[in-house]
Amino acid sequence: MRRRLIIPSWIPTLVVAVGLYWVVSYANSTARITPYWYSVIQLAAITAVSALGLNLIYGFNGQFSLGHVGFYAIGAYGSALITKDFVGKWSGGQFSALSWIMAGQAGILVVLFVAQGIRLGAIRKALRAALDSFMKGHEAWTLVTLVSLALVAFALAVGVAFTWALQRGFLFLLENAIVALPETAAQGIIFLLGLLNGGTMAALIAYLVGLPLLRLSSDYFGIATLGFAIMVYTALQNSDMVIATMKGARGMVAIPRWTTWAWVYVALGLSVIVMRNLIWSSQGRAIMSVREDETAAKLMGIDIAQQKAIAFAIGGFFAGLAGGLYAHLFGFLHPSSFNFIKGFDPLIIIVFGGLGSMTGTIVASALFALVIEGLRVVLPQGFEDWRFVIYPVLLLIIMLVRQQGLLGTTEWGWLRAPLPPERAVPAPAPVVSRTGVSEAKDV
Amino acid sequence: MATQPGVESGDGSILAINGVTKLFGGLRAVSDFDMAVPQGRLYGLIGPNGAGKTTVFNMITGLCPPTEGSILFDGQDLVGVDSHRITQSGVARTFQNIRLFQNLTVLDNVRIAYHTHAGYSMVESIVRLGRFRRQERNLSERAQDLLAVFALQDRQLEVAKNLPYGEQRRLEIARALAAQPRLLLLDEPAAGMNPTEAESLMELIHFIRDRLGLTILLIEHQMRVVMGICEWITVMDFGQVIARGTPREIQSNERVIEAYLGKRMGKRI
Repeated sequence: MRRRLIIPSWIPTLVVAVGLYWVVSYANSTARITPYWYSVIQLAAITAVSALGLNLIYGFNGQFSLGHVGFYAIGAYGSALITKDFVGKWSGGQFSALSWIMAGQAGILVVLFVAQGIRLGAIRKALRAALDSFMKGHEAWTLVTLVSLALVAFALAVGVAFTWALQRGFLFLLENAIVALPETAAQGIIFLLGLLNGGTMAALIAYLVGLPLLRLSSDYFGIATLGFAIMVYTALQNSDMVIATMKGARGMVAIPRWTTWAWVYVALGLSVIVMRNLIWSSQGRAIMSVREDETAAKLMGIDIAQQKAIAFAIGGFFAGLAGGLYAHLFGFLHPSSFNFIKGFDPLIIIVFGGLGSMTGTIVASALFALVIEGLRVVLPQGFEDWRFVIYPVLLLIIMLVRQQGLLGTTEWGWLRAPLPPERAVPAPAPVVSRTGVSEAKDV
Repeated sequence: MATQPGVESGDGSILAINGVTKLFGGLRAVSDFDMAVPQGRLYGLIGPNGAGKTTVFNMITGLCPPTEGSILFDGQDLVGVDSHRITQSGVARTFQNIRLFQNLTVLDNVRIAYHTHAGYSMVESIVRLGRFRRQERNLSERAQDLLAVFALQDRQLEVAKNLPYGEQRRLEIARALAAQPRLLLLDEPAAGMNPTEAESLMELIHFIRDRLGLTILLIEHQMRVVMGICEWITVMDFGQVIARGTPREIQSNERVIEAYLGKRMGKRI
């Protein structure tokens, strides 16, 4: 076994990570970069979080998704609703959004657990037999519609019950506790809650959307998820019909601008750690096996539907988290920031950085922002719009020269696949040789 | 011994296929197929190209469920069960055209098979605490041991698609064994091998069976190769059983010779 590295790989990685954080904070605090560039850098890091999620879905799991921007939007609005509500509290508002959203999620979770129970248990066989006899007289889709309606009704019922309970008990306590805290601490907690809510909402919706859609093979799945992104966009444009504060096509305003470089960087760091640890584990291997060969994965005992749903949900969580950070960066959300053309940004980044490379995604996110914004500075006055001529040409050239993307599937430093653990006992001698089988060896 | 096609008794067998038919549109790929594989047997399924052998494997592993009939594995009906559950219950297979996880390392190819009993949860792997380190070491070592048996331990960090053909075949068998099967299905393991390589592969298969106490069902359309190692053979042609018996009986069976060589040639011999 070759072991070239003597210094553990996490040391240089940590040095680079801390250095990068410090450089940007220093440049900002000494006003070496304009506030504009400061927010560009933050946006690049936010995009990296979202793109990491898409890389898990497309690069590692092999599911071509165009719907990522939809989860990004869900995360943005989902977190903004909560923090805005909290800010409203100071002017006598209520925590209604938080309770409703949490209740909705609780409802969905309960339904998922129930559905999982049915899937696992012996009930399933009985149900299938009953369904088979029922199906003879009915079209399959009628049944699917009925079942989904029943599930939605159930989710709503559970949701309403939870809302009631939450508003009565838990939230009353939470409200008092948070108000009692100093303002900065309370703000941090609420922001964290908001981000987590954005992430979990996106993850849950990704899971629900994924269950039926992930049966489709790659290209068809891409189109279906594009449909999902457009649905989210349309829903956001008309969102004021349901929740007035979302303001629909006029754009949601007065979201607290709480996103700072520290928040963004910690979110990015945690996403990278989670992603890296997930990929280089049994779960990650299962996810990658689905990309490599679905049939072979199935016959290795891997539930490919489950693996796809897991990857899609975790990827959706990352998008939602990034969306939440984005919402609090500019303090303004408009559906047009989430139209499907924007959905191609993370896709371009992961393809450009290398499908199946976390390092590539992070580097490409930085380069992407640098090219788009850098061209604005480089180009002479009045020619700024030529950015969108030069940048596609650059993309074309890169794709023609390096189809596998900037980094292919290679990783750097700590992100590389860890070597298998050192063995205490040497492996047994081979039984097979080039010429045949030699006998009497211990297996 | 029965050299004519007939129904084999399913008593005491690990795999019993009863009256299985598979229709692809109007095509009868397999029709009214019966087979019983006793525990611990090295069983051969042979026949000319297009006889329906691989379809039988696909039906056993749940890739294309039969139109009719039942497939009992250890008394459990496999019809309608998802492929991954069939594997988890103890059936593993290899493929005629090698299907490795091409871009993953040799070690990871084998470790994937341990996923369902990895012994740690997703959360534990994310925080890298608890059972993760212990279990990961444990399953890596098991995978390495298995690779060592197949003389692949020096290749463990290499990407699977870079292996030479013979090693890819061996890796595929190692990966199937990692799924801890009680029944191993090998689909033309000697395809594309020269006679010496095929010979050593057959010895290896024998060794696996003896050492791990597996039942092995083997597809091969090169009759010569299979005759040496199989203890019992079923011959298929056009989706139907045309003969059963020991290799010696099969070799002298008229219908088998006919199926392989054609009617006129068969008569001349």
